[in-house]
Amino acid sequence: MIVADRKPFDEIIGMVAPCERILLIGCNECATVCAVGGAKEGALLASQIRMRRHTEGRPIEVDEKTLERQCDPEYVNALAGTMDGYDAILSIACGCGIQLIAETYPGKRVLPGVNTRFMGITEEHGIWAERCQGCGNCVLDRTCGICPITRCAKSILNGPCGGSQDGKCELRNDTPCAWQLIIDRLGALGELDRYGEIEKPRDWSSSRDGGPRRRVREDMRI
Amino acid sequence: MTAPDNLEKVLSRGHFAVTAECGPPRGADPESIRRKGGYLKGSVDAVNVTDNQTAVVRMSSMAACLILKEAGLEPILQMTVRDRNRIALQSDILGAAALGIRNILCLSGDHQSFGDHPGAKNVHDIDSVQLVDTVRTMRDEGRFLGGDEIKGRPELFIGCVENPFADPFEIRALRLAKKIKAGARFVQTQCIFNVEKFARWMAMVRDLGLHEKAFVLAGITPMKSPGMARYMKNSVPGMDVPDHLVERMASVPKERHREEGIAICLETIEEVKAIEGVAGIHIMAIEWEEIVPDIVRGAGLKTRPQEP
Repeated sequence: MIVADRKPFDEIIGMVAPCERILLIGCNECATVCAVGGAKEGALLASQIRMRRHTEGRPIEVDEKTLERQCDPEYVNALAGTMDGYDAILSIACGCGIQLIAETYPGKRVLPGVNTRFMGITEEHGIWAERCQGCGNCVLDRTCGICPITRCAKSILNGPCGGSQDGKCELRNDTPCAWQLIIDRLGALGELDRYGEIEKPRDWSSSRDGGPRRRVREDMRI
Repeated sequence: MTAPDNLEKVLSRGHFAVTAECGPPRGADPESIRRKGGYLKGSVDAVNVTDNQTAVVRMSSMAACLILKEAGLEPILQMTVRDRNRIALQSDILGAAALGIRNILCLSGDHQSFGDHPGAKNVHDIDSVQLVDTVRTMRDEGRFLGGDEIKGRPELFIGCVENPFADPFEIRALRLAKKIKAGARFVQTQCIFNVEKFARWMAMVRDLGLHEKAFVLAGITPMKSPGMARYMKNSVPGMDVPDHLVERMASVPKERHREEGIAICLETIEEVKAIEGVAGIHIMAIEWEEIVPDIVRGAGLKTRPQEP
């Protein structure tokens, strides 16, 4: 899923400073699962904004909505007709949702309430960790299901680097060294000899380096 | 093909080689690199010029290499994959060869979060093994990574680094094997303080026959103070400084710290020289280049082979 953090409250307050009436829009997908942009977080944030502005003597009206998905026109289009009268839309979905709202309603000021972080997993309740950079050319078959592009700070394909110690990345001692994990797993599978194979330079054009990506499935088009 | 340069000759003719490191300045003044080169001239076979070491911006390694070359020293161009993509790397490889720089050391580079621009965007388009392979492909096959033919192949003696003290230890020799398979012909190791662990690594290197395929230069760093020993032990990733050395540095009065550091350094050189497969030493006297001649002399290596 896409993992996001809520922006610092003061930053949000600064963004809505010129507004007297805003619409706060949450998303029922990833933003809800990672507890930053669902109906519950939306209600909480709306209250915080109202209270702050009340104490400043400049009351603000905050309406709330939570879409099933904010990255899908089917749901975003349904907002048409309810957008009038707002000085700004504050979205607490990921960057995809925020941008689709902006694209769909070009006359509206759209503000981000979150910082979109990464694609990851829930390690345990309250802890999320990055697992994929969407590079478009998966190597997990050759790295025992552990992604060195994402999980090695230097994206080394023939790792580890010289800073790996006690199984941890040189950057932080709470981060496992991806190559330690790969080597351990190769060992456990009895395939350590595969480590000797040199992984050639990658074609990064399937990644962000090839420009913004778009996927077309003709068989699904209507 | 042009004749090999001094370092390759010294190593391939079986002499015990001595190289040293030289950090370029954090400014545009060429004098500091000339001064450091002056300390090293006559004491070493070649001089490594670091490439924005510890991810701190410094004068470019290539420029500093040329300054040293003009001063009569043989440079080793360090090249990290952190700051340049494969286009820039290949361009610099051609540029170095055109300037008559004949030795190249391929490495990943320290992560930028340790340097003076922690918010920088890094590159890591290719990794260090792939960089070794790139230089070899350009030299031996006369083509770029993209496949096009090179007009005027770069003649380079290719080196790599290895850290016997990083984890997982069991693959550290295999990792060197990979770099040698990619084309590395000399290797400089991380600073050795734990000689026993280095000897175990060398045994693995010999078991794989790697010492016969590439020249292993043992990394040597003189410690200036107990503070430096503690810092390297606790704060430098992948560094293994045993407690007894930290205690030994701390056990002598302040005015004798440097003397003790050099004594440890000379003992280490004696020990690594005795290990089968060690072809030379690489002295990394971080911002203490002026001590290198004393170390080389103290180790009985002052007379450098004069290879025609």
